Amino acid sequence: MTLVLEQLLNGLQLGVMLFLLAAGLTLIFGIMGIINLAHGALYMVGAYAGALTAKATGSFLLAVPAGLAAAGLTGIIIEYIVIRRLYDRDHLDQVLATYGLILFLNELVTILFGRQPLFVGVPPALSGAVEIIPGVPYSVYRLTIIAVGLMLALGLFLLITRTRLGMLIRAGATHREMVRALGVDIRLLYTLVFGLGALLAGFAGVMAGPLLSVQVGMGEQILIMTFVVVVVGGVGSIKGAFFGALIVGIVDTLLRAFMPVLMRGLVTNTSEADALSAGLSSMGVYVLMALVLLVRPQGLFAARG
Amino acid sequence: MERGNRSAALAIALALCVLAALPFAAAALGNPAMTTLATRILIYAIAAASLNLVLGYGGLVSFGHAAFFGIGGYTVGILFHHQRFNETLFGLMLGTDQFLITLPAAILVSGLFAAVIGALALRTAGVQFIMITLAFAQMLFFLFVALKRYGGDDGLIIRRRNSLLDFNMRDDTTFYFVTLVFVVLFFALIWRIVNSRFGLVLGGIRQSERRMAAIGISTYRYKLAAFIISGMGAGLAGALWANYARFVSPDMMHWTKSGELMVMVILGGAGTLLGPLFGSAALILLETVLAAYTERWQVFLGPILIVIILFFRGGLAGLVDLVRKRP
Repeated sequence: MTLVLEQLLNGLQLGVMLFLLAAGLTLIFGIMGIINLAHGALYMVGAYAGALTAKATGSFLLAVPAGLAAAGLTGIIIEYIVIRRLYDRDHLDQVLATYGLILFLNELVTILFGRQPLFVGVPPALSGAVEIIPGVPYSVYRLTIIAVGLMLALGLFLLITRTRLGMLIRAGATHREMVRALGVDIRLLYTLVFGLGALLAGFAGVMAGPLLSVQVGMGEQILIMTFVVVVVGGVGSIKGAFFGALIVGIVDTLLRAFMPVLMRGLVTNTSEADALSAGLSSMGVYVLMALVLLVRPQGLFAARG
Repeated sequence: MERGNRSAALAIALALCVLAALPFAAAALGNPAMTTLATRILIYAIAAASLNLVLGYGGLVSFGHAAFFGIGGYTVGILFHHQRFNETLFGLMLGTDQFLITLPAAILVSGLFAAVIGALALRTAGVQFIMITLAFAQMLFFLFVALKRYGGDDGLIIRRRNSLLDFNMRDDTTFYFVTLVFVVLFFALIWRIVNSRFGLVLGGIRQSERRMAAIGISTYRYKLAAFIISGMGAGLAGALWANYARFVSPDMMHWTKSGELMVMVILGGAGTLLGPLFGSAALILLETVLAAYTERWQVFLGPILIVIILFFRGGLAGLVDLVRKRP
């Protein structure tokens, strides 16, 4: 029972991270109509900037703004040079141009910092574990991620439902042409949305640093999961991104945790069972996505109709 | 129109002559590596051409075509594996290393996978279609990573190329010509398809599916048929690749491989007959040339790709047209 609770929290933590990326991705797609494969690269940039800053200064508090700044800056440059020219293109051109961006950014990071993964320690203030219920200790750092992530989700929700900017974002997601016709500076709105997405991705990258090894390719690993989230939740919907992220995060974590137990019961050869369960649990979220698309092609919480 | 056809025929004849003469030129230049490089280009040209059928002509952006490439390769690999260790497959049949059996088997199996995946995926459209094809490819990728029996992550080594009649398949030049025959046959097939009634409907679907439905065409069936043919083509390419490289691994189905195939189609010019061949040649040559200068060639490939997509719409085939149409 305690194991299940622990894994559920791990799933929640992964879900929250996925949400930070998916929120940006779904807004960028919903409002700007851009499929941005390079979103994972922004996460990687944030993680590298955070890890290098933490290493140089020894302070995780400085790593956060550094990661945000690096991701935000990269986002603005990318938007200005490439993305801006893709607004009127079809999905195919967008996929390929941003695929080119991935190749470039990944190699650039390899040239600058090498192939060796970077490791970041958990900040001392957040290290250790607390007992969430008597007898069940859980990592403080992971709890912090969950708390901060949920707070950001709430903030985003308020931004979108309660402010003028949020109103424009919602309007842009459903009636883009109308917003433009009413004289809103759509270009500025686009830049703001893209910048917001980049910041969220960069923040997720910094937070991921102490949990994963920071290396080239980390962006794509999470990017594909993020796409699953966006499609499951419904393209363009923040609510969809939130619930989609939690569902995907928890399903993935639970499968990874409990599939080996199940498989060892079915397959006698231990190493074969482990390989099989690793593969099958990696397939899990894609099966989930395929099922959702087949039942509700527009996703669980589609923004329009 | 007439002139366009004649010059196209001329271009094809010229391309064929160059391709047929290539191994001899390579031998004369004392550079046999050219032949294997050309074989690689030809195999990818088949894979790209099959993707082009759905992507270029049909407007269906499949982001998971590497799956069929991998399935074709694994069919050859698994049949060989069973023959070598004398095990039965599903308790029914022994493996084989006969090219004339493995190749149709690879095409058939990838066609079956394409039928299942296509039947489900084609219920969606747009971004959802891109993502669901990616999802299915990822599933197969992880499935083969999990299959320890067939090498898992490390892949499966095929000790010998499949045997075909009395040909010496170990010889790279012979294998090149075998590949070339399949390339010619496959491109001829694609040409027949796109110029048939079926091809016209497919083009119509790309331009406006709603209109095609309005004139009473069941678009789903056409799209599915195209998707299956396309999957079979990719499977053929995969089977050839397994023989060429004598190795198959889950990397053949990695999503970056699907990306590469898309790049080839776009680079060469989507929706043109020879575009995929140009695209395959361009990407593989570019890789080879850049890799000779620097290990980090992707840092150049990325921007080149972006520039081509942003500024040269229509790819290399479009560029040829542009030059030709100038007065």
